[in-house]
Formats: sequence, structure tokens, C-alpha cells
Amino acid sequence: MKYRRLYFLISALVILPGLFSLFKFGLKPSVDFTGGTLLEIKGENLSKEIIQKSVEETKVVLNSQQKSSGNIVILRFSELRENEKEEFIKKTKENSGKDLEIIRYETLGPSLGKELLIKTGVGMLLAILAILLFINSQFKDKTFGTCAILAMLHDTLVMFGSLSLLGHFFGAEIDSLFVTAVLTILSFSVHDTVVVYDRIRELKKTNSKLEIEEAADTAVSQTMRRSISNSLTIIFMLLALVFLGGETTKWFAVALLIGTISGTYSSTFVAVPLLVVWKKLRKKNL
Amino acid sequence: MRNTRFLFWFIALITIVAVIIDLPTSYPLKIHWKKINFETTVSRPFSFLQKYKVVKGLDLAGGVHLMFKAKMDEIPKENQENAFVSLKENIDRRVNLFGLSEAVVQTSEKGEEKRLVVELPGVADIAGAIELVGKTAELDFREEVELPPEATATATIYDVFSKETGLSGRHLLKAAVEFDSSSGKPAVSLEFNEEGKKLFGEITEKNVGKRVAIFLDDVPLSAPEVKEKISEGKAIISGNFTLKEAKGMVSQLNAGALPAPLTLIEQRQIGPALGSESVAKSLKAGAVGLAAVLLFMVVLYRGLGVLADFGLIIYALLTLALYKIIPVTVTLPGLTGFLLSVGMAVDSNILIFERLKEELKDGRPYNAALELAFGRAWDSIRDANICTLITCFLLFNPFGWSFLNSSGTVRGFAVTLALGIFVSLFTGVVVTRTLLRTFTKKVKN
Repeated sequence: MKYRRLYFLISALVILPGLFSLFKFGLKPSVDFTGGTLLEIKGENLSKEIIQKSVEETKVVLNSQQKSSGNIVILRFSELRENEKEEFIKKTKENSGKDLEIIRYETLGPSLGKELLIKTGVGMLLAILAILLFINSQFKDKTFGTCAILAMLHDTLVMFGSLSLLGHFFGAEIDSLFVTAVLTILSFSVHDTVVVYDRIRELKKTNSKLEIEEAADTAVSQTMRRSISNSLTIIFMLLALVFLGGETTKWFAVALLIGTISGTYSSTFVAVPLLVVWKKLRKKNL
Repeated sequence: MRNTRFLFWFIALITIVAVIIDLPTSYPLKIHWKKINFETTVSRPFSFLQKYKVVKGLDLAGGVHLMFKAKMDEIPKENQENAFVSLKENIDRRVNLFGLSEAVVQTSEKGEEKRLVVELPGVADIAGAIELVGKTAELDFREEVELPPEATATATIYDVFSKETGLSGRHLLKAAVEFDSSSGKPAVSLEFNEEGKKLFGEITEKNVGKRVAIFLDDVPLSAPEVKEKISEGKAIISGNFTLKEAKGMVSQLNAGALPAPLTLIEQRQIGPALGSESVAKSLKAGAVGLAAVLLFMVVLYRGLGVLADFGLIIYALLTLALYKIIPVTVTLPGLTGFLLSVGMAVDSNILIFERLKEELKDGRPYNAALELAFGRAWDSIRDANICTLITCFLLFNPFGWSFLNSSGTVRGFAVTLALGIFVSLFTGVVVTRTLLRTFTKKVKN
């Protein structure tokens, strides 16, 4: 733990660009949050390829296409203004070589409302409080719980920050999957931190004269193998999904990957040094 | 160690059941090799297990696409926005209560008109889906009136039961499906809130020997004779309901009556949004990831790693079987989440094995080290998983507190996460421990 200043520096280096990006560029919300446009058309020869060609030619953003019986295709766009719609219809008629009929053209609201985000936020805040109380009661010490939560917040900032950067440079969007990814990583982060803290507690139990810094160092070196092994199994799976898996879940897997690495790092190099610093400060002030 | 033997065979049994459930319901088997030409369809053994299938989400298998128009004219203009929002939330609760059905509910606007788009995955019964969503579901109770003798010949059921009681769906606390004790047929049980309990008590007291009718959307459901005063605030509606009808009614009653009536303006059967190549890609990625994890465990822990790998495979089999039984609608992201949980399930194993290594390094005899490792690792495993379960509890909101989510994807996420934790605790701790105790004792002794 004598390198703790270095660890904090690394964390700062990772978090600051993300924070900056969050303030400057914000996050790119997906259709789930913003709603979009629905266009239902009927015509012969409306294959996926022809639709795709028209999409590329008119430079609109198509989110999904679903075939229905009777030569009908339901298309969902991020936003399709009147003139864009006309252009798209024209191109599709050309590409398919047949006439087509517009059955529906309307604006869609978000499928995930503000209510979901707010209530999920409330749920998470209460969960953080409950976890804080639980850890404090298990470890009989308020600092453990607080530092674990701070490590969790560190991971949240890393995730949101990186998504903001990825959104700005690569067009990655925040959708309902990202919400679940954040929740998964937060649980994982606390889980990982508790395992290390548990070891510190055990070491102090067997040797109460042990200084917090020494206990922390020993605990970290003892649990390091387990922490890395566990993360590696998850990372293997995620890497396979990022590189070999389907296109639609790529950013979801990337978000989970960033979160997993951050969660592992934070358990050892954020949660533990914070604990050491805090306890040392407490001792100095006594 | 009789306990261990029992556990071992129990685990073997549920694994076999899980494998049977995991198998596709029927699989064409074709063997064309040299002179052998053999074609048949192999179907899943045990017909009572046949009904468990994977419910695929909209992205994988398509489903039904419905569009409704909301009749807002009877609602004053200032309240229309709120009424529309609560309309959407009501429908969301009806179709997606546990967040496991992966239904999509979206608002839509065409000029002044307010509409609702509802997409339900894999629904074969469109009429049933339309009924579930579109029915206003206004419940009310009416009393029998004494009609003048000339009128009885031509009286309709509406004339007979024309006295309103004021007891309606608003007083309902909870509805549930129950099975009639004598006929075994599905029925709907109602539980009223405090006000409803009092009202119901008064109504039943006044009407002993007479009939009280229950109407849903102005259609009579049943008109039972009141035998005595009911003060517990509970009632059962029994009629000729199929299980599906009863479940639909319960869904609607629990979500509440719609604030504005809906009319269906369009229905479509839609195909999957994603091609089968996306699924195949993700499954392939999952297989590669799984192989990497299995290999990693063996490289790191050798023989123990092999046992942990068995535990992991059992985890995957059990979880998949549970997805089919509950059922949990599987979408491509859901599949990704499942694959991720497979990567995480080894955690308890790793904790135990690292502990075991430490105890052995300290010079303890093998069996003692094993038991100590289990004991000490369990504390960390328990504490860490409780934190995640706390999060799941608050996101799932089992008591239906209004400041937390009451439907939707986040709720579904909490369920699948909690499910994954319980199964991985079982396979990581119980299964691994049983396998270790069964097999390594023989080796080391």
C-alpha cells in the first residue's frame, strides 16, 4: 500500500477524461430513451437488402425492420422527417422496381420512460444504503462499508465516462442494456471488494496488533490470485462475445468488459488504499 | 458420509432432469453413411416434460404487433397527459409484470391522437393477447332488486341486478388464480382493502339468501347466492373459466382498470428483427468463451479444476432448464447475460480452491484442509453474494412499493441475476463440495 498515491493517480487518469467527456459531450441515448419514427410499408420485393440499400442512399438511421405477412414491412427509425421519408420511399420504389403503399407513419415515444430510470435510481440508492449498513454490521466498523461504496462509485464513473467517450468517437449508445450492465458491474464490484475486506478482517482477528497497512498488504497479496483468476474467467467470456458475438450486443459486452476490469482494479487498488488512508487519518486525529 | 452419498445422487438426478428439459422437444435425426440410410425424429422423453420450451424474444422469433387508440375525450384536458402515462404503465404491468416476458410497450402519436404500440413475443393466440391488453377491466358488484311481477318475464339480467353497491375494482388489494376445491376448475380469488372489506361485509350482511352479481366491463361474470356475512374481505369468482382466461383476468384486475378505453386499430404478426446468424454468432462466441473458462480452471487447479468444470456445466444445464420452466423469455442480450453468469459462476469455486491451497501449504492433512477451506471460504462467499442479493431485492420490488419499479426490464434483470446467484451458489458450493468429497477421498487415501 505504499504505492497508494500511484493507484489514486491511475484512477484519476482514467476517470478525468471520462468526466470531461460527460460534461462536454454527454451520453448518446438510444431509441429506447428518445423514441423514434415508425414506418409501415406494403409492397412486393421489399427484401432486407433492398431496404438496406435505400437506407444507405438516404442516409437515415434504421433501428429495426420486421417482416409481416402480406408483403408488409415495419421499419423503426431514430428520426424520420417528412422530407427524409419521401426520399426513402422514392429510393425504395426505385430499388425494388415496384410500387409501394404507406400504411403507417407515426412518431413513437420511448419504450423506457423517465419513470423507469428514476425508480431504478431510487432502487440503487436504497441498495447502496442497505449494503452500507450490512457491511458495517458484519465488519463492526463504519469505514469498511463507506470505502466499499466509494469504490463502487469509482466504477460507476469509469463506466459512464467511457461510454461517453465511446459514444462520442464510435457512436455507442446508452440503451436499456447499458442500464443492466451498470447494475451488474456495481454488484460485481461490491462482491469483489467484500472478499478482500473479508481477508483483512480475518487477519486482524488472528493478530489484533497488526497495523492496518500491513494487514492490507498481506490481504491483497493473498487474495490477488483469486481476484485475477475470477476476473479472467469473466473476461474470457466477454472477449469472446465482443469479438465473435452478434453486432447488437457488442457495446453491451464492451461496457461489461470495461466495468469488470474497473471492478477488479477498484477492489484492490481503490477500496483498500482508501481504507488504509482513512484509518490512518482517524488514528492521527485521535 | 451418508449425507454426501445422498447429495451426490440427488445432484445426478436433477442434472438428468435438467438435461432432458434442455433437449429440444423434437430433433430430426438423419444418418446417411455408406449403406446406412436412417431418418427419424427423436423426441424428448417423458411427455409431461414436453411442454417446457424456450420462449424466444421479439428479436429472435418475432411475435405479435398491436396498435391501440386511446379514447381520451372523457378526460379533462389537464389530466390527459397523466392519464396517458398511467395508461401506458397499466398496460406495461399487464403484459410485463415480472419483466420476464420482454414485451415492448410504446406510446405513439399521430397528430392529436394518442396511441399505444404493444409488441408481445412469440404469442400464438393473438385474440387472447388483444383481450388481455385492450379490455378496460372495470369490476363492480351489484345487488338484486325486487322487480314488480309484470316485469319479471321480460327482465334482463341488467334489470335484475340494477342496484349498484359502490364496491368496485378500486377496492381490490389483490387478485389471484385459485382452483375451486370441489370442481378443480380455475377461479379468481379477490382480496379487498380496508374500505372494501367493510363495504363487502355490509353488502353480504344485507343480502343473505339473495344473490349478488359480479360484473366485469358491464358483462356479468357470476351471480352467487350469499350464504352468510363475509367480513374477511375475500371472495371467489368461479365460472367456466379456462386457466388462460383466469390468468388474464387476474393480470387485468391487479393492474387496475384502464383510465381510458382502448380500441384496436391494427394487428400484425411480425417476424424476428434479427436473423438466425446473430444467434448463431453469439452461441459460437459463448462456446468459445466457455471452452476458455473450462480450460483455464484445469490449467490452474488440475484435477480440482476438472471437478469445478463439471459443476460449471451443471450450472449451465440447470439455469437453462429453469429458464424453460419459469419461463424466462430469452432475447439476444438475455443470452449474453446468461453467458456472462457462466463466467461468474466459477467464483465460489476459485475462492474455495485458493483457500484449500493455503491450508495445504500450512501443512494440514488433506481432508481437514478441505473442510476448513469450505468453512472459511463460505463466509466471504456468503457476505459477497448477500450484497448482490440486496440489490436484486430492491430492483425486483416483491412487495410492490410504489417508489420502486413495478414492471419492466430492470425487474426481469433482477430476477435472472438472483436466479443465477442461487444456482451458482448451489453448483459452486454444494455440487463442488459433494464431488470433491466423493472423489478425492478415494484418491488421497
